[in-house]
Amino acid sequence: MAKRAAPEVNAGSMADIAFLLLIFFLVTTTIETDTGINRKLPPIEDSEEDVIIKQKNIFTVLLNGRDQLLVEDELMELKDIRKAAIEFLDNGGDGTCDYCRGKKDPTSSDNPDKAIISLKNDRETSYKMYISVQNELVAAYNELRNRRAMQMTNGNKNFIEMQADYDNVNWVGNKTKLKEQLDQIKLEYPQKLSEVQ
Amino acid sequence: MGKFNKKKGGELPAISTASLPDIVFMLLFFFMVATVMRENTLMIKNNLPYADQVEKLDKKDLVMYIYAGKPSDAYKQYGTEARIQLNDKFAGVEDIAAFIAQERASKREELIPFLTTALKVDQDANMGLIGDIKQELRKVNALKINYTTKKGNVFDKR
Repeated sequence: MAKRAAPEVNAGSMADIAFLLLIFFLVTTTIETDTGINRKLPPIEDSEEDVIIKQKNIFTVLLNGRDQLLVEDELMELKDIRKAAIEFLDNGGDGTCDYCRGKKDPTSSDNPDKAIISLKNDRETSYKMYISVQNELVAAYNELRNRRAMQMTNGNKNFIEMQADYDNVNWVGNKTKLKEQLDQIKLEYPQKLSEVQ
Repeated sequence: MGKFNKKKGGELPAISTASLPDIVFMLLFFFMVATVMRENTLMIKNNLPYADQVEKLDKKDLVMYIYAGKPSDAYKQYGTEARIQLNDKFAGVEDIAAFIAQERASKREELIPFLTTALKVDQDANMGLIGDIKQELRKVNALKINYTTKKGNVFDKR
């Protein structure tokens, strides 16, 4: 008796099975958001030593329970705060900051290293507004850092791109030099954002 | 010449569907790979706020998630005030310390300083609750935090 060939399996319903699985995964997929604003909380310190900071070096931002902004004792809209913060940080009042392009107003901050932004919010402030203000203040720092990075790299790269390059494993270039530049920019425009409880 | 039969005019040959399973499988594999199964079932509304100066959270296993927001429709009996959710249940502010300790215990010791706390808070929540959370985190020395946001413009009305 001749050997019979194995009967062919009908693959017609394969597509149906695959569709079923596909639909299952389509429905269960949630693209998780994993981006956000990084912050560092201040540690609880026992020492009650008061650091004396000149009033002109503090940029006070108050956020009340009705989501209204009071910046340096003036009512302000959210869209204007970024510009105001940049002006304050970039002021360079004591003339030691040679990369600042501010007005050198003696009544505003001495230099970016001394300038502190102080943010205070009420318990009733909405989280959305708080994040918006945080975002704008971080944007002010980033804008200044970007400008500085552009100067350093002769207009090739801004700060965000430099950071991306530094984190990129496949980037070919001098990473130690890049790190130095990044650190220098961070030193020149330190993020001094304090929150009052 | 019977060998060369002329094709019947007009009728189109049926399109072969033999490669359909392959195409579907391709899609299937994409979604299987891209799928991240949710770790926690959310019991709260979690409509994250928008921001554009965001950084990416890279190490997924080094993140502790704290959710907060109003209880969702299915859990109306818990009221309308924003609440904290840790793992799969509602929690109070005082439970955060225990939660952090538990998360730290489950990680290798040398990784503990790199742990980040991601705050996934609904945009309608009040800052009072978040202030309490932050105070609690400071007490247990979990200082690295991340306000998780969606990427988008702050000024758009939504």
